[in-house]
Formats: sequence, structure tokens, C-alpha cells
Amino acid sequence: MQASAKPEFSVNIVTNLTTPASRETAAALPMRMTISKLNFFYGPKQILFDISMGVADKRVTALIGPSGCGKSTLLRTLNRMYETVSTSRLEGEILLDGQNILAQDVTALRRRVGMVFQRPNPFPKSIYDNVAYGLRINGYKGSLADTVEKSLRHAALWDEVKDHLHKSAYELSGGQQQRLCIARALAVEPEVLLMDEPCSALDPISTAKIEELMVELKNLTTIVIVTHNMQQAARVSDFTAFLLTGQIIEFSPTPHLFTTPSDPRTEAYITGRFG
Amino acid sequence: MPEKVMLPANFADAPISLWRRGLNAVVSLAAIGAVVLVLLPLGAVFGYLIYKGIGSLNWAFLTQIPKPPGEAGGGMANAIAGSVYILLIASSMGVPLGIGAGIYLSEYGRGTRFGNLIRFTADVLNGVPSIIVGIVAYGLVVLSQGHFSALAGGVALAIMLVPTITRTTEEMLLLVPQAVREAAYGLGVSRWRTTLSITLRTATSGVITGVMLAFARVAGETAPLLFTAFGNRFESHGWSQPTATLPVMIYTYAVSPYDDWHRQAWAAGLVLLGLVLIINILARTILSRGIAVPRS
Repeated sequence: MQASAKPEFSVNIVTNLTTPASRETAAALPMRMTISKLNFFYGPKQILFDISMGVADKRVTALIGPSGCGKSTLLRTLNRMYETVSTSRLEGEILLDGQNILAQDVTALRRRVGMVFQRPNPFPKSIYDNVAYGLRINGYKGSLADTVEKSLRHAALWDEVKDHLHKSAYELSGGQQQRLCIARALAVEPEVLLMDEPCSALDPISTAKIEELMVELKNLTTIVIVTHNMQQAARVSDFTAFLLTGQIIEFSPTPHLFTTPSDPRTEAYITGRFG
Repeated sequence: MPEKVMLPANFADAPISLWRRGLNAVVSLAAIGAVVLVLLPLGAVFGYLIYKGIGSLNWAFLTQIPKPPGEAGGGMANAIAGSVYILLIASSMGVPLGIGAGIYLSEYGRGTRFGNLIRFTADVLNGVPSIIVGIVAYGLVVLSQGHFSALAGGVALAIMLVPTITRTTEEMLLLVPQAVREAAYGLGVSRWRTTLSITLRTATSGVITGVMLAFARVAGETAPLLFTAFGNRFESHGWSQPTATLPVMIYTYAVSPYDDWHRQAWAAGLVLLGLVLIINILARTILSRGIAVPRS
């Protein structure tokens, strides 16, 4: 595997992988983010229980599980988006590049950990301004036009929109809007990109395009994706965590999890017996 | 004999019953009738105002100040300027305050005790009769200044603008999907900046509509101006002078014994309507240019 990637900090998080084989595979990878002993509450209700896992650098990590298992909540802890709910409470530690994200300025953190949402949510601006917005706000010094083009190319949208960059983003189709949202997130060059069921509101062709995109984006950034769709997790991800009622049941390299699951509950879920 | 729960073979081809056709026609007609009934008074007001007012509306009316009673001619240039001036004072105080309070209610004070208190206060203030607002402005500004003034009129109208703008701004911001705010947060945009450049921007056309409704309402207010701006038969100079306004002039002229003044009152009504219309169109074209925002 990619052992040559600079091992900025190699974390013992590997031990949290559930099978010995997966520990071997992951041991060589540097971790971009690590979560340890995470407990999460909305008001009195505990949503996540003692979650520990790593997010491998320049890889796609998928979170799967039935509705209400806490996978979206787990994703939203990674950029502290849960803070928009005032009753939420978090215990434990989440590190980004070895630093505790809970101790950081939240706006600075979110610039480094970007997010793509379930439904396309472009701003009421032109296509160009949607992508340029994050750059302008963050005081970007380089050439806006170049970076906008680069981001749209990375999101595989450039060829479709290059002749009408100044049209409203709302004139795009749903799939195009979602790729615009990806371009918008990529423009500020996040170290980690969180994707919360990014294809659930899209048709199969748009979904295929975005899945293709995710595989390509691995060279650029680290991706964590929440998905309902197990085939999608199998197709695009390198590691998969299976969650059930707020706990990680199994966390393995994707091929392992889908071919030789070590927990009977994982097997039951991936073979479609529940969920 | 048990009833058969089966559709007749020709179900899809069966003609729609006369009763359903009839009911459809009746309901459609009733809806159209309701629209006509609503538009009728509006059309009548416009039509009658133009019919009565257009005859006395001429260049002199727009550019000259009133002539003494009994003398023909003259105009209401001072009242037109006064109305514009006082509305400008009122808007410069009331619009930012109202929008600011609306932002607070929707973005920061949602569900908090203080937020609920503000919302309740705004609703109560909305229901306060305009003459009461006039008395308050009289007490606050006229008495402390020692004389009637454009400023006092502006303050009275501003007090009336604030609650309406506050509540409509709040409602419009609440319509902006949370996902749009989160998209901005996700880019590393701070909360206040998201509010100003994304949330408010998304709701712009709705907020403008709210401001314009409030503006149109106070533009025609007479009662709060009677003992604040008072009136003036000459050009007034500056914010601290008693100032003529169109609504007060319409009132004064309409109850006067002179036929000529009655005709001028109609013309003043027409000008007031035109003024509101022009400002409305200007605000919309200047502020909401660019992108239409869907409500989803």
C-alpha cells in the first residue's frame, strides 16, 4: 500500500480495527483523523457510544448502518456541525492531524474539514460565485477564476457549465447542483471532505458520476462518506464502519467487511436480513 | 347478499357524472367570483382617484407651493418634498432596526425567553393605534425640542415601521432552509457572516416585500403626523422645522370649504399613490437584481 506517503503521525488507532488482517493493512497508513472514546448526546439521549476509529489519509472511509444508527451524527461530529443543535453534548476526543478539534476555532476547523450534504444546497448565487464564495470569505489571494475552474474540473462539472458560469446555480439539475456543492467544498482545499448521503436525492446516472468522482478525489483529499447504500460503500470506499444503535459493530477494510464479516450482525445487515 | 367489491368492467370509460361536473363548475365560478370581488374595490380606488385627481395634476402642482386661500393655482411641492423627507428619516431609523430585530429573532433568539419577549412586544406594537404612536412621538421629540418638526414625524413613522419589518424579516429568514446555512458553516464561514451574506441574501426578495408593505402603510399615515410634523404652507428648511406632508395636506384640503382645494386633495392622493409605487419599483429593481430565489 501507500507506505511512501509521509507518515506524519502513526496512531495506535489501528488496534481498533476488528480483524487482524485489517490491522495489517491499515498499519501502513497514516491517519488523518482519529476518534477515541467518543460519546455523544442530544439532550438526555445518548446517540453514540464509545466510538473509536481512524480516518486514513487520502482514502475513502464509509459509515454504513440502518436508519437511526447514528452514522450521520458521527459524521457531523467531525466538523462540529452538531453544534447547531444547542442541546448537544460530546465527550471524548477527535484529533485532526494530531490536534484536538474541540479545542480549535470552529470556523477554522470547518475550513479544513469540508462538507457535502444530503440534498444539494447551492447558495442563491451564480455558479461562479458559489465556488468563489468560500475563497473570498477566507481571504484567498490567488487567481479566483483559475481556482474556480480547477475546482469545477475536479468536480467533473466544468465542461457542462463553462459557457454559463454566471447563470444562477438553481438552473442546474439536481445532479449538477450536487457536483457544484462538491466543487464549492473543494475550492477551499479541505484536508477532509465529509459527505452525508450525497447521492440519496439523485438519479442513478448522477449517482454514478459522483461515485466515480469520489474515487478520483482520493488523490486530493480524505473522504468520509455516510451512505444508506451498501453497494455504494462497497464500490467507493477503502474502509467501512458498520454502526448499529450508536456503536461501531465492525470496522474493517471494505473488501473484508463485505466478504468475510467477523460479526454476525454485520453479516445479517449486508446480506439484507434487516435495515 | 354480500356486496361485491369490484369495479365495473367499464370503470375507466364511465362518464363523469353530471353532479361532479356541475360541482366543479360551481366551485370554479365561486373562486373566480371571489377574485373579482377582491379586485373590484382596488380597481375602484385606483379608477376614482385617477378620474378625480388627474384634472388638477399639472406641472405647477408638482413644483409650486400652496397659494393663500381663495387664490387659484399653486401646488404641493413642499408637501411632496416633506413626505419624501420624513419617509426618508423614518426609513433610515426604522428599516435597519426592524431588519436587525428580525435577524435576531430568527437567527439568534429562536426559542429563547428574550426572543419570545421581543416577538410579543413587536406584535403588541403592531396593534397600537397610529394616533397613540403620534402622541408618544409628540411626548418624546416635540416636547423636548419645543416645536413641531420633520424629525418628530420621522420618529413616529419609524416606530410604526419597526414591528412590521421585524416580524416579516423573521418570517422570511425562517423560510431559508437550514441546509443553506450549514453549507456556509461547512466552508468555514462564521455565523454572523453566514447570516449577512447567505441567509439574508437568500431571503432578500421576501424581506423587501415586508419593508415595502410597512413603508406603503406608513406613507399614508395622517394621524401620527398631525401633531409631530404638523404641517407648513411654505417650504420647510431642515429636519427641525414643521413640515408639510401629503397625507396631512389631503386631510386639511379635503375638509376645507374650497372647491379648488378639494380638487387639489384628489391630485395629492394620486401623487401619494404614485410616490409609493415608484419607490416600490425602485427598491425592487435595485435590491433584488440578480438571482431569483426559489422557496423550497
